[in-house]
Amino acid sequence: MPTEVILPKVDMDMATGQISRWFATEGQQVKKGDVLFEIETDKAAMEIDAPASGMLRDVTGKEGVDIAVGAPVAWIYADDEDYGAGAAAAKQDVAPIPPLVGEMSAKPTEGGAVPPSSQREAHASGLPAISPTMGEINQSPSVARATPLARRLAREAGLVLASIAGTGPYGRVVKADIDAAIAKGGAKETPAVAPEAAASAPAVKAMSDDQVLKLFEEGSYDLVPHDNMRKTIARRLVEAKTTIPHFYLTLDCELDALLALRTQINAAAPMRKTDKGDAPAYKLSVNDMVIKAMAMALKAVPDANASWTESAMVKHKHADVGVAVSIPGGLITPIIRHADEKTLSTISNEMKDLASRARSRKLKPEEYQGGTTAVSNLGMFGIKDFAAVINPPHATILAVGAGEERAVVKNGEIKIATVMSVTLSTDHRAVDGALGAELLVAFKRLIENPMGMLV
Amino acid sequence: MAGASKAVTDSRANLPFVYRQYSAEQLREVLHKMYLIRRFEEGAEDSYTRGLIHGTMHLSIGQEASAMGICMPLGEDDQITSTHRGHGHCIAKGAEVKRMFAEFFGKTTGYCKGRGGSMHIADVAKGNLGANGIVGGGIPIAVGAALSSKMMKTGKVVVSFFGDGANNEGAFHEALNMAAVWKLPVIFVCENNGYGMSTSTARSTAVKNIADRAAAYSMPGVIVNGNIFSEVAEASYKAVERARAGEGPTLIESKTYRHRGHSKSDRNRYRTKEEIEDWMSNRDPITLFENELREFGFIDDKGIEAIRGAVAQEIADGIEFAKTSPSPEISETGNYVYTEQA
Amino acid sequence: MDAMVRELSYAQAIQEAMAIAMDMDERVFLMGEDIGVYGGAFQVTGDLVERYGTERVIDTPISELGGAGVAVGAALTGMRPIFEFQFSDFATLAMEQIVNQAAKMRFMLGGEVSVPVVMRFPAGSGTGAAAQHSQSLEAWLGHVPGLKVIQPATPYDAKGMLLAAVADPDPVMIFEHKLLYKMKGPVPEGYYTVPIGKADIRREGRDLTIVATSIMVQKALDAAATLEAEGIDVEVVDLRTIRPMDKQTVIDSVKKTSRLMCVYEAVKTLGIGAEVSAMIAESEAFDYLDAPIVRLGGAETPIPYNPELEKATVPQVPDIIAAARDLVKGVR
Repeated sequence: MPTEVILPKVDMDMATGQISRWFATEGQQVKKGDVLFEIETDKAAMEIDAPASGMLRDVTGKEGVDIAVGAPVAWIYADDEDYGAGAAAAKQDVAPIPPLVGEMSAKPTEGGAVPPSSQREAHASGLPAISPTMGEINQSPSVARATPLARRLAREAGLVLASIAGTGPYGRVVKADIDAAIAKGGAKETPAVAPEAAASAPAVKAMSDDQVLKLFEEGSYDLVPHDNMRKTIARRLVEAKTTIPHFYLTLDCELDALLALRTQINAAAPMRKTDKGDAPAYKLSVNDMVIKAMAMALKAVPDANASWTESAMVKHKHADVGVAVSIPGGLITPIIRHADEKTLSTISNEMKDLASRARSRKLKPEEYQGGTTAVSNLGMFGIKDFAAVINPPHATILAVGAGEERAVVKNGEIKIATVMSVTLSTDHRAVDGALGAELLVAFKRLIENPMGMLV
Repeated sequence: MAGASKAVTDSRANLPFVYRQYSAEQLREVLHKMYLIRRFEEGAEDSYTRGLIHGTMHLSIGQEASAMGICMPLGEDDQITSTHRGHGHCIAKGAEVKRMFAEFFGKTTGYCKGRGGSMHIADVAKGNLGANGIVGGGIPIAVGAALSSKMMKTGKVVVSFFGDGANNEGAFHEALNMAAVWKLPVIFVCENNGYGMSTSTARSTAVKNIADRAAAYSMPGVIVNGNIFSEVAEASYKAVERARAGEGPTLIESKTYRHRGHSKSDRNRYRTKEEIEDWMSNRDPITLFENELREFGFIDDKGIEAIRGAVAQEIADGIEFAKTSPSPEISETGNYVYTEQA
Repeated sequence: MDAMVRELSYAQAIQEAMAIAMDMDERVFLMGEDIGVYGGAFQVTGDLVERYGTERVIDTPISELGGAGVAVGAALTGMRPIFEFQFSDFATLAMEQIVNQAAKMRFMLGGEVSVPVVMRFPAGSGTGAAAQHSQSLEAWLGHVPGLKVIQPATPYDAKGMLLAAVADPDPVMIFEHKLLYKMKGPVPEGYYTVPIGKADIRREGRDLTIVATSIMVQKALDAAATLEAEGIDVEVVDLRTIRPMDKQTVIDSVKKTSRLMCVYEAVKTLGIGAEVSAMIAESEAFDYLDAPIVRLGGAETPIPYNPELEKATVPQVPDIIAAARDLVKGVR
């Protein structure tokens, strides 16, 4: 067995600690007694020595994050010990059962590390569709340690293994854990890191795979196994829809002024030399202007630029607007940071770049995690109006329909105008109906008076 | 072959053993069988060269008199165990060449239904308990068969054929010892063709004659010229008589020569062309027997031609039979591993 | 029927079976080293030579290869020999005849013959006989298609399976643990058979399946009795035959208990435990496993002479108890 390197308790009342600095890196040969890393407690810094000689592997303890006492932060393999292919994944599962944050162990990719400040932020890191990290999609699939029996029972009960805390050896999920999960109300797709939410969520038990398949004639369908993106989308959306009290507000916005301004601005774009010849320096889309309008509306109604946490309202100082981008096999939501402060042309070009890299799955996690609101636009399909699912940690999302010519009554006369319906979904815990309405009105004002976006 | 004939005439009194002991018809049949062995092996070799037979095979061309001579006094109930160089024994004991060809071709009509091939050719109905891929493997089995004969009082005699290579296997010594201790009706026939694969007996065996080993097990050790049918048959006849009388085993060393290499992969680096040529030209067992038959008036050239013609037809028919026989089904690969339970 | 059941030792049960077989079928005879007046190295043949004579209870020279070959040849030609190896270790001397001849003869000859030979192998450690007289080589032979390999664990099975082996048309190898010879148990009089290829559930339980062979069956049962007091309910499956293996009984048991431990005396690696574990992993029982599979087998060493070392090289009752406890309580 390789030697476990744990985060040791170095202070009497210490439950967690932070590694301030590693002195050795993954794959490095270390000697017993070498200083491996430094722990910072609220009182002092302590140097921690290597408990054995060998190669340092599976360094899961990250610098600067809270780690539970006793949690493994790395492993040392003696020269004659095999570092098997499965070792890394297996080690990641070795979660301690820390006294304060027991449920963390159920989240394999987090290892023993407690993310900054609170459980909720860990839960809230990233956007719904793709989270908690891009790693789940691009890298090896997350490994929930479970017995074959537990896997089968979970599958049959429609439970997500990763959401169940294993009480078996090495945090392995065993039959008893599944039984307990079913007894507690069953098919919770929510990660155990949101225990309050899980407990308060309705105990709806999904149909098992077998139950679903039984409804269809055999041979009348193909089974396509879920990839990780699909699983993540499913899990996150169920989580959002079952834990966030959605509230919807719809408004029509007239676009004629905006369209005219857009034409004018685009026509004024200076030409730039590119590899494909000369091209205008920018080409605004309606959506770029919607992003800017939403950001400015949030600045105008700052109470709506918020995130809900159990203990406090998170009031954001910047408007970071996520934009849902459909990509093959799913969707992802890159973020225009500080969109309220950026010019339309900057937003436009940034958006083009993000969308293009999203489609080739080249986004960095920091480019799609976080954000304070989101915009989802299905207008290009002619969708008139729809309601979007909020992406936690946002409190709002704006669903944008198609701009179309409609008959409108103005001053007792029927006139033709280009009209776009938008629906704002709000997390009612953070944004009440009136506040949401205020935000939506601010948005409408900017859309219909687009010059406001230029100042 | 059939038992001794009463048709011994005074005119044959000075002739070698077999010409006194067997009828002209029986002796012509021996020539027929010797040709059958020779042509069968040539046909097999030809088919192998044409890619119709896979694996390998060990040809006994040059040793036909040994196989025929030993089997001459055996009845159909008597049994033999044979060796990897066992085609001659099989035919001498009464097998049909068409079913042998079929086995070589891996067909269901073969003696082993295509499961054994050349190295495990057998004909249990005719008393051939099987060739053996393990040098010396058949010797204790022959002793066991002889034990059965003694315990069940069937009167059967068992012959164990093996080569010079086997005389240095432990199984040889253990088996000869037990057969002697228990006085079993078994005859150990060492066909000494001079080489265990490439290693000559001079380099591999401490005694000059393998028959000398018999003294260690208190049984007669007889040396015969294995290329002279009559000599072999006479020694076998005496050994069979002794076995049937309950006097125990005999070791016969039949000194002979294989014209071909050890197997199909032999490059013949351990013996000279001159040596091979000498055995083929001057000591070929079929030529020697044919000459004697002619000399003693048992056959004329026409008769010999008739035998050769008949054999050629038999071989051609046999190969055709093998070619047109069905192969086993892949689904039947697991058959015969265990006895099928009703 | 009860009146006919006596307490016999394992060795007596085998001897009785051989006597019954010889009474019923004159083709049956015994061969082996010192099985006549000596009565066999472990007194299994006992005084049979006095009852059946030297013609049917044949002392062979010290010639394991030749002797095995003679038995094969006799079986091939109509007899029903029961060949006793003095120690199972000496199978190594006779491997050629067992593996190349007995096992393959029927197949090589396209089903034209059968080899109804029975070979008995006194096996196992615990007698202080050290490295060359204490081995458990059953898995070696279990690897050979054409052979049947059995390991009766009780006097009852020893008799019934030997009689089944004699009646079987194919070569049957019987591995008898030497420490079992004195074990007593109920054995009915007269002829009966216990089928080859059928495992037996010696004890029903809910929490853990222990698949054991030979002497380990009793050790597993002893362990189960202790574990019961701790609230661990062990099912003990006596494999009885390792080729052809009764997969279904093991699969059904694992599906019931969700935990599997294999206990056998032979060297742990590449053995019966590996086979049973892999078979379960390949079967529908895989999805019922709620813990890793555990193997308890012999140490990766020859059997040592020193009695304490000797004991330490093979699983003992406390080892089984500890491993079972870890497995059920979720330490492993």
